[in-house]
Formats: sequence, C-alpha cells, structure tokens
Amino acid sequence: MSEATEDQADALFHALADRTRRDILRRVLAGEHSVTKLAAKYDMSFAAVQKHVAVLEKAGLVIKRRSGREQLARGDVEAVRSVASMLTGLEQIWRGRITRVDELIASELDQED
Amino acid sequence: MPVTDVQQNLDNLTLTITAEFAAPVARIWQVYADPRQLEKVWGPPSYPATVVDHDFTPGGRVNYFMTGPEGDKHAGYWQITAIDEPSSFSFDDGFADLDFNPTQALPVSRNVYAFTENNGGTRATYVGTYASAEALQQVLAMGVVEGATSAINQIDDLVSGR
Repeated sequence: MSEATEDQADALFHALADRTRRDILRRVLAGEHSVTKLAAKYDMSFAAVQKHVAVLEKAGLVIKRRSGREQLARGDVEAVRSVASMLTGLEQIWRGRITRVDELIASELDQED
Repeated sequence: MPVTDVQQNLDNLTLTITAEFAAPVARIWQVYADPRQLEKVWGPPSYPATVVDHDFTPGGRVNYFMTGPEGDKHAGYWQITAIDEPSSFSFDDGFADLDFNPTQALPVSRNVYAFTENNGGTRATYVGTYASAEALQQVLAMGVVEGATSAINQIDDLVSGR
C-alpha cells in the first residue's frame, strides 16, 4: 500500500472504531440528516456530534453541505465501489442467508435421526 | 455449499442466485412463512434479526429489526406484492425507522423468491432488482458497516483477552 492509501485506511478504521460514529454513519447512509437533528439523537453536546461528523468526513465516508444555517451530512459510498463489486458484496450477504437456511434444515434432519 | 449458480446483471442491477436444498419445497416455504424461522436465517450471527410483524399475504407487511453487537437496532420492511404458496413470493424491501415507517419514499429493491421440486429436494431461485446504483450502494454500505463492526469487536475481544 502507498502511504496515501495507508493514511486513508488509518482514517477509515479510526472513524469506524467508535460506536457513536458507526451509528451516525448508518443514519446518514440511509438518508441526508442535518447535524442538528443528528445531535438531538445522542446524549452529548452539539459540538461533540459535530466533531464525530468531521472525523467521518475526513475518512471520506460522509459528505457535508450547507443549506442556509443548517449543516447537512450524508454517507458517501459512491466514491468507493463500482456496481460490479457491489453486486459481489451483496452476493456474500445472500450466500450467508442461504447457508443458514441449509443449516436450519440440516439441524432438523439430525434431530429426526 | 448449496449455491449452484450466481448471475449478476449490471445493466438492470439484478442479482440472481440459485441454490439447492435437501428438503421438500413445502419445508423451504415454511422458512419464510414462519417468522421464527425467518429470523433465524435473515440476519448474520453478529446482527440477529427479530421479526416483529409478519403479514405474509399480498399487500401485507413484514417488519423486522436487526440488533448489532452493541445493542444498536436497524429496522427494515418487506412489502409483500405476491404470494403463490409454495412456489413463489415477491416483495419490495427497504429501510425503516424503529416504528417501521419507511425512511425513504421508494423501496430499495424488488425481490422474487421461487421454489421448484428438484430430485426430492428444492431448487430455490432468489432474484433481487435494485432501484438504482445508489440503492445498491446503500444496502452494501450497510453490510460493510456491519462487517466492520463485527471485525472491530473481534479485535477488541482479542486484545482484551475475553
């Protein structure tokens, strides 16, 4: 890995290694949120939540824009993945489900024996 | 592995997976028709699913949430569009808030699950068509976040000697 890539990976892991930031990221991936509204969801100051959003932004996970007095944040996943690699990622999730169907059925067959 | 075929269609954002199971069609149907079985297979072990509502009829809703390692909850829904027991069912799915109100105007994907008899077992075909590349990215990014969370927790467990 190049140094720039290493730095990016550090920023990414740092951003994801915090429970509040993961929670913020899930929310903004599902749709754009104002930082004010996000802050209301947590038992911490607006400034603290704003700081978490800034860490996510630095890691390239979140895009921020201004609308009047509001700061709006949304998850940025476009930068990272092509459609093909996304379908492959999805395939892994589906394969997990299929494996669990198979295990569920197999566990019953064992009980019948 | 029960998966026998995977087709990705990049033009219309469709994923088709075929799998074979060693149980009759009626048994595989039950996995989806019974909420207690559905929740066993839907979420990964690190994000188990809880099915709250399960109106498995055309026009009905299935509401569920998944619980992360830190007790964090993430809700989703299925809007059932067709049921043809035990051969196939169709649903639109999407993300929801914890009161199961969809968080977006449009569903994320349309899905058709079909089951046919195959040498005493079942051939299952799962087809998902995503509304847009953004919708697909969103679903996957959620999965990536979940994966990263469990990986980080495993590291936490390791370093703390649990």
